[in-house]
Amino acid sequence: MALLQISEPGLSTAPHQHRLAVGIDLGTTNSLVATVRNGISVVLNDEHGRAMLPSVVRYGADGGVVAGEAAQLAQSEDPVNTIVSVKRFMGRGLTDVGDTSRLPYRFVETGEPGGMVQLRTVAGVKSPVEVSAEILKVLRQRAEASLGGELVGAVITVPAYFDDAQRQATKDAAKLAGINVLRLLNEPTAAAIAYGLDNASEGVYAVYDLGGGTFDISILRLSRGVFEVLAANGDSALGGDDFDQRIHCWLLEKNQLSALNPRDTRLLLTLARTAKEQLTDYPEARITAVLSSGELIDNVLTQAEFHSLSQNLIQRTLQPLRRALRDAKLTVADVKGVVMVGGATRMPQVQQAVGEFFGQTPLTNLDPDKVVALGAAIQANLLAGNRTGDDWLLLDVIPLSLGLETMGGLAEKVIPRNSTIPTARAQEFTTYKDGQTAMSLHVVQGERELVSDCRSLAKFELRGIPAMVAGAARIRVTFQVDADGLLNVAAREMASGIEAAIVVKPSYGLSDADITRMLQESAQHAVDDMQARAQREQQTEANQLCEAVQNALAQDGDLLDVVQRAHIEAKIAGVREALQGGGQQLIKRAMTALNEATVSFAQARMDKSVTRALSGKNISDLDIK
Amino acid sequence: MRNFDAAKNHFELLGLSEVFELDAAQLELNYRALQAKVHPDKSASLSDSEQRQAMQRSTRVNEAYQTLKSPIRRARYLLGLKGVDTQEETNTAMPVEFLMAQMEWREAVVDAEKSRDIAALDTLDARMKIETRELEAELRDKIDTEHDYPVAAGLVRKLRFMEKLAEEIHSAYDELDN
Repeated sequence: MALLQISEPGLSTAPHQHRLAVGIDLGTTNSLVATVRNGISVVLNDEHGRAMLPSVVRYGADGGVVAGEAAQLAQSEDPVNTIVSVKRFMGRGLTDVGDTSRLPYRFVETGEPGGMVQLRTVAGVKSPVEVSAEILKVLRQRAEASLGGELVGAVITVPAYFDDAQRQATKDAAKLAGINVLRLLNEPTAAAIAYGLDNASEGVYAVYDLGGGTFDISILRLSRGVFEVLAANGDSALGGDDFDQRIHCWLLEKNQLSALNPRDTRLLLTLARTAKEQLTDYPEARITAVLSSGELIDNVLTQAEFHSLSQNLIQRTLQPLRRALRDAKLTVADVKGVVMVGGATRMPQVQQAVGEFFGQTPLTNLDPDKVVALGAAIQANLLAGNRTGDDWLLLDVIPLSLGLETMGGLAEKVIPRNSTIPTARAQEFTTYKDGQTAMSLHVVQGERELVSDCRSLAKFELRGIPAMVAGAARIRVTFQVDADGLLNVAAREMASGIEAAIVVKPSYGLSDADITRMLQESAQHAVDDMQARAQREQQTEANQLCEAVQNALAQDGDLLDVVQRAHIEAKIAGVREALQGGGQQLIKRAMTALNEATVSFAQARMDKSVTRALSGKNISDLDIK
Repeated sequence: MRNFDAAKNHFELLGLSEVFELDAAQLELNYRALQAKVHPDKSASLSDSEQRQAMQRSTRVNEAYQTLKSPIRRARYLLGLKGVDTQEETNTAMPVEFLMAQMEWREAVVDAEKSRDIAALDTLDARMKIETRELEAELRDKIDTEHDYPVAAGLVRKLRFMEKLAEEIHSAYDELDN
C-alpha cells in the first residue's frame, strides 16, 4: 500500500515546479491543514474562513458521512452516531478506553485479542481509523481545492508519546484518506520547528503540549539549524477533555444526578467545555441546561473552584516533565525557554503551574492551536523537495522503550526510550528445551518490567527449527525503527545473512487487506477519485505480485516439480491477462488464484530459509510455546 | 550520498582518531554534518529504495554516534578493534572489595527508595558520578597512554557495574515520582 508514492511515468514534476505538500494536525478536538505559500507557512481555511475543523464525524442512516462543524452541531441530538475525540481510541483496545459509561457510544470489541476498539453506528461498525480518515479526507479536499492540484504528500502530526500501535493507526487512516504520508511528525517537534525558525532560537527549549486528549513534553536542543530532541515524555490519555470531565462530574454532584442518557451526557460535556473556555478570561461561568427529563440545571462555577477541581490533572503533567529532564540529563536551570502548545495551555492555572515549575514565564507568542500545523507544513515543504534556501535537520527520538518478552513474563528492553531515530538493534536468542522446534516472540513497548504492564505490539512464531539440544540454535532478532517512529521486527539467520522472516505489524494495526477493504467500502460513497486510486493501486500491486513470484521461481524453482511449476506459471499468465483490460473484480480473482497457488511454495521457501538459518548454530532464553 | 562506506569503523565514519580521549564538541559537529547528508528526511521525495538506503545509513550513523558518545561503549568498541574482548558476560572475577562496595551501593539505593529520601538519592547519584569519572580517567590512561588493554578490559567490567547502578538510581527517581 506504499504504492501511492510511486509517480507514474510522464507525470514527474518539472524541476522548478512547486510540489504541493501540506502539514496536517490531526487533533483530538480540532484538526488543521497548513501549507507553505511564497515561503510563509499558512493555515488553510474552509470556504467560511474557518481554520479549525472540529474533529467530529457523524454517520447517517443513508450511509452518508459528515465531518466538522455540521457533525459537531449534531452531537447532542445524535450522540451515538456522532463521534468526537476519536483520537483517544486510535490503536486502543476496550480496556484502554477505561470507563465507557461516561461516553455515549456503543463500543464493539473485535474478536481478536488485542484488537482495536470499534464503534457501532447507524451506518455499521466503524474503526477509529475509518473515523479519522473521514476527518483527513475533508482536510485533503480543502487543501486540494485551495491549492488547485493534487497533493504530493502530507506530514501528519502525532503526539510524541504515541506508541507504535497509535502511530500505525494514524498512518493507516491517512492511507485510507488517499494521502501519501511523507512523515509522521511528533507534535511538539512540529511546534519547535515553527517556533525555532520564526525566532532563530538557540539553546535548550521545553515544549509543553497539552492538547484536547494528549499531553506531551519534549526537551529539544536548537543549534545552527539542527533540532535535536533530547527526551520526550507524556501521557497519551490526558488533555483538555479531562478538564471538561471534571466540570461534568462537578455538575452531576451539584445536582445529585446519576446515569444520564447519552444525549444529556453530551449536552453537559459541551456546556462544561464552554464553561472551561470562559473561565480563561472571566472569574466565573454560569452553566444552564434543561435535561430531557425537564429538570433544570443552573450553576455558577468560579475560577477558584475550577482550579481546585483540576489541580491534580495539572500535577499529572509535572511528573513526565521531571522524567524528561532527567532523561535529558538536564535541570530546570538549563532550559532557556518553554513553548506552550495546544488549546488547553490557554488555561491560566496551567500557565501558572508550568511557569512555577521552570521559574520563568512560558512563551505563548505563537497561536497554541495553530503552531503544530504550521510547523508540520514547513517540514512537509522540505520533505517534498521544495528547496527553500535555508536547510535544517530534525533529529527525533522514540518515546517508549521497545522490548521482547523473556521467561517469567519479563520485558527485556531492546531499544531504550529516547533513542534517536532511525535506529536498529539486534539481539540473539536460543532454544531452552531439547528438541524445541518453534520459538514464539512477543514484542512489547513500555517502561515497566512486567510484560503484562507493557503494550503488546505483536506476536510471531518461528517454526521449523531443527530439533537440537537446548541452547544450540542461534537466531538474531532485529528491531528497526524508521524515521516515522514505526517498528519492524525481523528474524535473521546468522551465518549466511538470509532473511528468514517476517515483518511484524502491531496487533492493533490494520492489515493492508483491511485497508483495501475499507478503501473499497468508502469508494462506494465517496465522490472523489478513491475508486480510480484503488484501481491504480491494484494494478501496481498485481504487477508487483507477478514479479515477486517470478523472482521466487528463479531463485527457488528447484523446490517444485514440473507440474507444480506449470500450475503457478499458468496463474501468473492469468493475472497478466486480467491486467489487459480486465475489470477490478477480474484482476482481484486472478490475484487470489495466484496467491492460493503459491501457498505451499511460499511455505517450502520459508522452511528452507529457516532450516538454513538454524542448522548447526548455538544463546539466551525465550518464552516458548 | 557518495563516499558512504559501510565498511568504515565508527571512528573513521565520524572522522575521529581511534583513541579513548574524545573531543566531544568535534564528535557532535561531525555527527550532525554526516546526519545532515544521510538522514531520511533528505530523501523523503525520492524512490522507495533510496529512502530505505537513507534509513540504513542514518541508522548506522546514529549507532556510531551513540557508541562513541558513551565512554563505556566507546571503550568496549575500541578494545574490540584492538582484538580484546571485555568478557563482561563470562569473566566474573572481580576484586572482593569492589563487589562489597557495589552491594552496599545497591542496598543504599533500595533504602533511599523505600524511605522516599530524595536527598539520600541525590548524594548517591553524585558519588556514583564521581566514581564513574574516576574509572573513566583510569581507562583513558590504560588505553591511550599505557596501551594495557587487558587491564582496560577489567575497568570496562567495573564500569558495567556502575552503569547498572546508574540505571537503578534512575529508576528509583522515577519510582519516587509516582
